[in-house]
Amino acid sequence: MFVPCGESAPDLAGFTLLMPAVSVGNVGQLAMDLIISTLNMSKIGYFYTDCLVPMVGNNPYATTEGNSTELSINAEVYSLPSRKLVALQLRSIFIKYKSKPFCEKLLSWVKSSGCARVIVLSSSHSYQRNDLQLRSFYLFIFETESCPVTQAGVQWHGLSSLQPPPPGFKRFSCLSLLSSWDYSTPFRYLLTPSMQKSVQNKIKSLNWEEMEKSRCIPEIDDSEFCIRIPGGGITKTLYDESCSKEIQMAVLLKFVSEGDNIPDALGLVEYLNEWLQILKPLSDDPTVSASRWKIPSSWRLLFGSGLPPALF
Amino acid sequence: MAATFFGEVVKAPCRAGTEDEEEEEEGRRETPEDREVRLQLARKREVRLLRRQTKTSLEVSLLEKYPCSKFIIAIGNNAVAFLSSFVMNSGVWEEVGCAKLWNEWCRTTDTTHLSSTEAFCVFYHLKSNPSVFLCQCSCYVAEDQQYQWLEKNMQITILTCRHVTDYKTSESTGSLPSPFLRALKTQNFKDSACCPLLEQPNIVHDLPAAVLSYCQVWKIPAILYLCYTDVMKLDLITVEAFKPILSTRSLKGLVKNIPQSTEILKKLMTTNEIQSNIYT
Repeated sequence: MFVPCGESAPDLAGFTLLMPAVSVGNVGQLAMDLIISTLNMSKIGYFYTDCLVPMVGNNPYATTEGNSTELSINAEVYSLPSRKLVALQLRSIFIKYKSKPFCEKLLSWVKSSGCARVIVLSSSHSYQRNDLQLRSFYLFIFETESCPVTQAGVQWHGLSSLQPPPPGFKRFSCLSLLSSWDYSTPFRYLLTPSMQKSVQNKIKSLNWEEMEKSRCIPEIDDSEFCIRIPGGGITKTLYDESCSKEIQMAVLLKFVSEGDNIPDALGLVEYLNEWLQILKPLSDDPTVSASRWKIPSSWRLLFGSGLPPALF
Repeated sequence: MAATFFGEVVKAPCRAGTEDEEEEEEGRRETPEDREVRLQLARKREVRLLRRQTKTSLEVSLLEKYPCSKFIIAIGNNAVAFLSSFVMNSGVWEEVGCAKLWNEWCRTTDTTHLSSTEAFCVFYHLKSNPSVFLCQCSCYVAEDQQYQWLEKNMQITILTCRHVTDYKTSESTGSLPSPFLRALKTQNFKDSACCPLLEQPNIVHDLPAAVLSYCQVWKIPAILYLCYTDVMKLDLITVEAFKPILSTRSLKGLVKNIPQSTEILKKLMTTNEIQSNIYT
């Protein structure tokens, strides 16, 4: 349940709720940390529940001596009224069998608080992608003066560095379906039906990829197709429940692997930013992107304490 | 999937704890028998408050029945030994009840024969000032039981221990002066702690975190004293590391005779050492 920090509950009517799903690589949670830290959002309350493993620590977004001693718990709510944004951060995993009750409690709070829409930041196992989702190969068929020549190109990260076809070749017209400069993106989105009505045009203009359906049971060839988000934690449950309760929800996710997921989190916030424009639009220089998001002070020592000097 | 250094491919554990996706599918395929078994297990794992002497259950919440101004909780054997020697020795404490709980870590379900080292959670109050409560908790409280353990103008002090390797610092943990104390306090706790506050990015889990979270959310002044040590079993040096707390307001008036307490502590240590000799 939501418990406000102050005396009365803040008015969240019309706000956009951003929240993470506890998912592979903790990407959603890292992305939320970046958003809360960069926008300097202030804490407005706690989402007190017995569904998450308890944990406490001092303020993870501390910037000075003065604000470093505020206690933080495992589920807290922050807001930025000027942008009508409210953020829920989850800091621990679910206790066994408690993830479904949590979704129910969360969605009933969303409805009662009057939030206009919810955006869930999540991730999915990259090794679970099917061929369609990988799409790392694209095919050119070029026609020279004499005969068609097929060139298979492997997708690289910086596609703009690829040269256009050399002179003497022209693109074979039947392959105009495969846009030649298209490349697979690890980002996907999902919208509930009620959300589709309001933002479909905006999303279309961003040229985003919608999450594809895959086989419900991958091993069986003739099983039905449905949305699957392996490694996404409660993402699928939240999405399904929102569809049935007619809550406006969007899911933004990235295909990731476990490891150093900070770059994935930076990618996901940039992806979100294309839509919400929280920060100014990205210029063409990729080195600028990482520095404009403020890394929270609690991200120190992510891979353990210092090493004993005697080791060297 | 991940490959280890030896070339074998293993399923890498997911930090987000999402391996149990099968649990949701199981929920859908659950038969009535499965559900019954799960409910029975949940009932077995319920935390129950009992009056020790009569073994009847305390129907009313413990804290509601007696008004409470101070509540001191010790979690873990070192913290329990500290309170036993220094605080409980300095006054007459009467037992008011205990919290009986069972989980897979418990070696016994019988609450009648409890030794001082293998006790469950026992609640005491000071006879001369019945609004002062003390709880000695030396059993393992599982995650799902940590919230049940809590029931709702009081100040709470929690003492517990953690292994020093849990402490993140830019120096190496080998060079830390363990055992050492750190504190975490809720927003409404206005007094100062007798040691530095826990620095970022360190966090606390388990029962102490559950108690502190509850206090932070419901605006109860509470402080947690955490002793980082490299010896997790009962150890004299670790228990003595809690001594700075004796001068704080939390324990003021409850501690009288420190030299005598130190003697009692030494006796507790030797009793335990004999018990732990595997040849007897």
